[in-house]
Amino acid sequence: MTDIAEPKQDKRGHMTTGAGSHDPIHPAERPMRRLFLANRAWLGTLGVFVVMMAVFIAANPRVFSSWGLYASVLTTLPVALFLTVPLVYIVTAAEIDLSFPATMGFAGWIFALVVQAGYDPFLGIVAAILTGMALGLLVGSLVVYANLSSLIATLGMNFMLRGLILMLTQSKSIALVTLDQTWAYRIFSSQVYGVPLQILWALAFVFVCALLYNRHRFGVQVHVVGDNPDSANEMGVDVKRVRVKAFVFMGLGAALAGVFSTMINFTWWPTSGDGYLLPVLASVFVGGTPTWGGIGTVVGGAIGALIVSFIQTGVVGAGLSGFYVQFFNGLIIILSLIGHRWNQVRYR
Amino acid sequence: MGERLIELRDIAKSFGRVYALGGINLHVDKGEVVGLIGDNGAGKSTLIKILSGVLKPTSGEILVRGRPVANWNAAKSREAGIETVFQDRALAVQQTIVTNIFMGRELSGFFGWLRVADEEREARRLMREIGFTSRVFTPQSIVGQLSGGERQGVAIARAIYKQADLIILDEPTTALSLTETDKVFHFVRQVKASGRSIIFIGHNIYHVFDIADRFVVLDRGTVVLETTRAETASAEQLINFMQRVAHPAANSGAGAQ
Repeated sequence: MTDIAEPKQDKRGHMTTGAGSHDPIHPAERPMRRLFLANRAWLGTLGVFVVMMAVFIAANPRVFSSWGLYASVLTTLPVALFLTVPLVYIVTAAEIDLSFPATMGFAGWIFALVVQAGYDPFLGIVAAILTGMALGLLVGSLVVYANLSSLIATLGMNFMLRGLILMLTQSKSIALVTLDQTWAYRIFSSQVYGVPLQILWALAFVFVCALLYNRHRFGVQVHVVGDNPDSANEMGVDVKRVRVKAFVFMGLGAALAGVFSTMINFTWWPTSGDGYLLPVLASVFVGGTPTWGGIGTVVGGAIGALIVSFIQTGVVGAGLSGFYVQFFNGLIIILSLIGHRWNQVRYR
Repeated sequence: MGERLIELRDIAKSFGRVYALGGINLHVDKGEVVGLIGDNGAGKSTLIKILSGVLKPTSGEILVRGRPVANWNAAKSREAGIETVFQDRALAVQQTIVTNIFMGRELSGFFGWLRVADEEREARRLMREIGFTSRVFTPQSIVGQLSGGERQGVAIARAIYKQADLIILDEPTTALSLTETDKVFHFVRQVKASGRSIIFIGHNIYHVFDIADRFVVLDRGTVVLETTRAETASAEQLINFMQRVAHPAANSGAGAQ
């Protein structure tokens, strides 16, 4: 074999040796461009939100300049955020979880039972979180270790858990009338200067989860497991464990959603969580996380939840009757999917 | 030769009723290049997957520096200083070069938070070390955008990160251009010169012949020939041997032994 001392340079300048060391800075390394590339997915979602709001405001400036409309969205949005963000992890790991509405209902039920029994709500929150994570572990283990399709298995678990709630409670709701006297309520769910506090907690949750997703070992492993589980396995990542962890994390989020939903309404309903299934799923995908796994965006998912919860308010606020809501719901989902598809071309 | 690095004793692997490997004995010494050859289905990939801990052997023993290791798995294999460049390269193509290089052993500090700056610096260093500098991509580039040779480069960069004692290259030249193949050979010589060991698996016997000190020929799950470079006259001799092994009937009349 002759030694080829002078490496050849191909058309695009690849595989050259030595020459690169004192090159000018690479275009993708310039700080602004780098920031843009790293955040491209959710910036697209933000664009969708801005355009949508501009259309709504143009249609009816008077309604959209009143704080009341925003306050009502901010009251209900947190519950959706606690569900959407962990679901981004699940979808990134190339799984799906349809059992979170029942997990949310179940954890909220445990919270309501503890508070109703006269214990401090903080204790109730801990109990709810433990319940949610245990249910996540159960669902995750079923999917991962019994090797079931997550789509079907979690759908089944959703029915089973909801059925269990209905059987055990005889479909009776629990009203927590004294909840607003407690410190837990004041800290987590009261209003300060017209701002519902739960939105601040939800935003903190989104922030931590975004860091966890991009800058933590767990987040990176969720990415590689969703991207190429065989490779991850060959490189010593415990693929099954990572998948189960993602489901446990989903259970944690669902539990927080259940607690906040109960605190906001002072009541726990046996159907608590049911209405969130489709909007939360839509939020994840509207937010810019693709269905095939490996990539995604937490911040985008949060903005997706914002978009989805504004559609209904916005369509009615813009002066259209409620009959138009579903149509616009669908329209915005489809338009943002097309937008993300175009945005993601560089990945595939 | 020098110190014994790793030894497989009587390793067998069966998938249900199918025997992929039936009692393999193989050792690698420090600083030697072992060429592992064999036809499709000979058991090369299965053997490599056992060495790298991806598959568990049905029976047999694995010794690292003379000591047997229990509960062998991918993490333990890497701990023992074995790095593998898999045939499929084991890359997550939607992730960045950095993520791929540190897959399975992320540099993390307090509470599992990543040391992002350290990872990026190390990735840059590794890419430079294997002569993999290009203005077209950065450590934050997505692997899916790279060419086949560049992807192989990422896989190799990952393998040399930990100063591994043994690097396993599973068909590293498949689907590479000539210049890229040359780079891989150049890399193998570099690694050998630094006193580390290599197992080189190849379909192309001329490639393996050029580079290995010792040849191990597998056929249907067993070692049928083990010979050194010094004992082998030419690549053709190896090829002839393999043909006789593969088609014994066709040559039996000619009195092959």
